[in-house]
Amino acid sequence: MQEHTVLRIIAKLLIAPIIIFALYVQFHGDYSPGGGFQAGVILASALILHALVFGVQATRRAVPPAVLRVTASLGVLIYAGTGVICMLRGGAFLDYDYLAHNPVHGQHYGLLLVEFGVGMTVASVVTAIFYVFAGRGRQPGEHED
Amino acid sequence: MTTEMLLNYALLVFLVVIGLTIARLRHLFPVAMLTGLYSLVCASLLTLLNAPDVALTEAAVGAGVTTVLFLATFGLTRAREKPVEPQRQIIGLIVTLVTGAALFYATLDMPPFGAADTPVQQSPLRERYLVAEQKEIDVPNTVTAVLGSYRGYDTLGETTVILTAGVGVLLLLGRSRRRRPRPGDSPRRGNS
Repeated sequence: MQEHTVLRIIAKLLIAPIIIFALYVQFHGDYSPGGGFQAGVILASALILHALVFGVQATRRAVPPAVLRVTASLGVLIYAGTGVICMLRGGAFLDYDYLAHNPVHGQHYGLLLVEFGVGMTVASVVTAIFYVFAGRGRQPGEHED
Repeated sequence: MTTEMLLNYALLVFLVVIGLTIARLRHLFPVAMLTGLYSLVCASLLTLLNAPDVALTEAAVGAGVTTVLFLATFGLTRAREKPVEPQRQIIGLIVTLVTGAALFYATLDMPPFGAADTPVQQSPLRERYLVAEQKEIDVPNTVTAVLGSYRGYDTLGETTVILTAGVGVLLLLGRSRRRRPRPGDSPRRGNS
């Protein structure tokens, strides 16, 4: 799709704000709609937009599939690890009250960590699945019929 | 009738129209576009129903990612639906009608739209989630508090399901070429 100047420039303008919106949805999820899952999908859609306009190969170079495999697992590890830390500090699994001296603060830390893990896993898995599909046939965006 | 109700009805009519159009189309590219549009209308409906969390997900997954995955799949298969012989069409029609009738019958048991005395409204958990939450967790977005804290185990399970889905897709499709393309590689040639 390299020859479509308008699409390319609009996509360039849009990708960065989409990623910032994903981060906003991620870390502002305690106060406004959204959370890890939504943020992860929005981040993945920014990467997919990049792949559609600049080619999957360019996106693979920016975000290699091998990295995605690690971050996908790391997200679940962060989530479960938060639960284990709660246990180490004397609470039940995923009982965020024990993460800080003040239970309410503990809940806030716990939610932030857990949502971060969810976002990481979702973004990585969605992008990885897209890579696999897009890497097997013609590139999406090249369809002519 | 309030504006909101009018908007609700208008969007529902849109959904029906889009659904009927999808059923009539043979070419699958417009179908992929229309399913994306369907998701977008659904997202608008969810926003009207004050469920912005779900609306965000629907817009991003339904209208964005799924459409692109459909398009990528058309690159692997063909983008035209094969005509079905009339006999099988009739079977499909009967199955659809029976299922549809069952679903309509099920809606008769549902409480009227916006009713105040539904089980959800009267459950003791409502007090806990909507009132006590503000002291226990003190996060304005109750949805995040419920998903992340009160139902943290469920969300951990969901995240694991997503990871498992990703691992499954990568195992089935990811290794077809023996060797991962390195950054310096030229774009794919006709692999199969």
